Amino acid sequence: MDEQLKSELGRQGVVATSLQELYNWGRKCSVWPLNFGLACCAIEMIAATMARYDLARFGAEVFRPSPRQADLMIVAGTVTKKMAPQVVRLYNQMAEPKYVISMGACAISGGPFKQGYNVLKGIDRYIPVDVYIPGCPPRPEALIDAFLLLQKMIDEQRLTGPNRPRHLNADLPSEFIVPEFGAHDLVPPQNPEVWKVPLVNISIAGKNESGRD
Amino acid sequence: MSVLTEAPVDLTPSQSDDRTDSQLLEVSMGPQHPSTHGVFRMDVALDGERVVKLKPVFGYLHRNHEKIAETESYLGCMPYTDRLDYICSITNNWAYALAVEKLAGIQVPERAEYLRVITGELTRLQNHAGLVGFLMQDMGASGTPLMYAFREREKILDLFEALTGARMMCNYMRFGGCRVDAPAGWLQQAQKVIDAFPRFLDEFERLLVSNEILMARTQGVGVVSREQAVNAGISGPMARASGVNYDLRKVDKYGIYDRFSFRVPLGENGDVYDRYMLRVLEMRESVEILKQAMRDVPSGPIMDPNTKTRGFRPKAGEAYGRIEGPKGELGFYLISDGSSNPYRFRVRPPSLINLTLLEDMCLGQNVADIVIILGSVDIVLGEVDR
Repeated sequence: MDEQLKSELGRQGVVATSLQELYNWGRKCSVWPLNFGLACCAIEMIAATMARYDLARFGAEVFRPSPRQADLMIVAGTVTKKMAPQVVRLYNQMAEPKYVISMGACAISGGPFKQGYNVLKGIDRYIPVDVYIPGCPPRPEALIDAFLLLQKMIDEQRLTGPNRPRHLNADLPSEFIVPEFGAHDLVPPQNPEVWKVPLVNISIAGKNESGRD
Repeated sequence: MSVLTEAPVDLTPSQSDDRTDSQLLEVSMGPQHPSTHGVFRMDVALDGERVVKLKPVFGYLHRNHEKIAETESYLGCMPYTDRLDYICSITNNWAYALAVEKLAGIQVPERAEYLRVITGELTRLQNHAGLVGFLMQDMGASGTPLMYAFREREKILDLFEALTGARMMCNYMRFGGCRVDAPAGWLQQAQKVIDAFPRFLDEFERLLVSNEILMARTQGVGVVSREQAVNAGISGPMARASGVNYDLRKVDKYGIYDRFSFRVPLGENGDVYDRYMLRVLEMRESVEILKQAMRDVPSGPIMDPNTKTRGFRPKAGEAYGRIEGPKGELGFYLISDGSSNPYRFRVRPPSLINLTLLEDMCLGQNVADIVIILGSVDIVLGEVDR
């Protein structure tokens, strides 16, 4: 519908909308995060919910301690190999539709501790991540920005068609493999359904891209 | 409920009372639990509401600090110390810088010493304010006290950001001084925050100190006796709440702490209430130190000119540097083999050592008290697991 006509109707007290818009509007304005902190970033996550940054303005003030009641998992901090199975299990316990924000360098890639023997090199090896926030730790404003991005993403989801989200597509999985401790590392080291080895195209300034190096 | 991995508890009913149908219940608290202050797990065996066994499980945040430090240069270790106790990064920097300064025999100029005291005591203020807020949150005072505490914490974090460029991971100290001098107007701004801080403490005391519910929940809960505290090596506010007069600022007089006059508050009962009150009183003393330091801060260089931070190779030897961190005695033990990396980098984490008495404090208490006993210890998992 024409936006101008819609706002004109709205002024007259007539609301015209589609089911998809209404559904997405309702979901995006009440995303309840899981009350789940791992490390340093969790402190900034708490700061974002406090009076100064006030995440409640965006409908996300209700941090639920139980994964059954949560829609959003903010992976805030370093995921160690001892903690990774628990993180995946918590994600599996959340009800669809569910989203993941990977907060901070550690949750994205292992961050400053990447070389450590006990640190998982990014939670996206096991669960699908919707928004990444760089930083060590990211400021509360960055978390709010990520949150707005997530809201935009929810708003653009379509209820039907081939690109419909996972929770409306019975063919797509909603639970993922929980890794286990193997002899040397977690088994499997990554979930190939979720994580592909990133192929980086390196082009050096001043050199021909098609040539060698 | 979980299956304990080792040393299963005897699940036969207790014979102490006439109930014959009771049996122990094993509960796994954590690692995802709203009040474990991070990823910490306790395997608790309960007889009704009463705790009969508690086994802490560590290592969910083991980030290999000590091993990574062996491959980093001395300067490269400094940002890692920020992330040990991530609430008070500046005091971690200080303890590490002190250890390296002992190792290499570096002097610190006057102004840098004063800046260290100012930032260190501000760190103590924001740590204690946060802790008190979290403790109230654990008791069920959801929201308000924590919001008050974070309001003050944000003011101090703003100062840190203006000085060092980061809110939490300040990376401020260097061997032989500080990284940057206070920018124009920073000291005046800090003075304003320090002057306004007692008002927050008054407000907090009016709100909570004589609160009946708070007293009922905390008094006589989680008692640590003086002997227990000394034998277990407890340090910091926890030891002082049990009446142990041990404050490294008085004992070691590291830096320039011998120039300030301040009192060391001591508790009598060693329960959760004493630990809570001790933090409130310590904040008042920190404000006193800050006032004196702000009055006396001299101008001058902030780095020892003879120290080179890059390509730094101290001669072979060992050194232990320790400070009174907000959580207790924070120490770094360094062994140098003359190369550019530490040969061994050992952290003495106050949180972990204060946590060793957790089971003794919790036995015989109700399950709901575990949460506030843990909260009163003031742990940060980054430091416990390292």
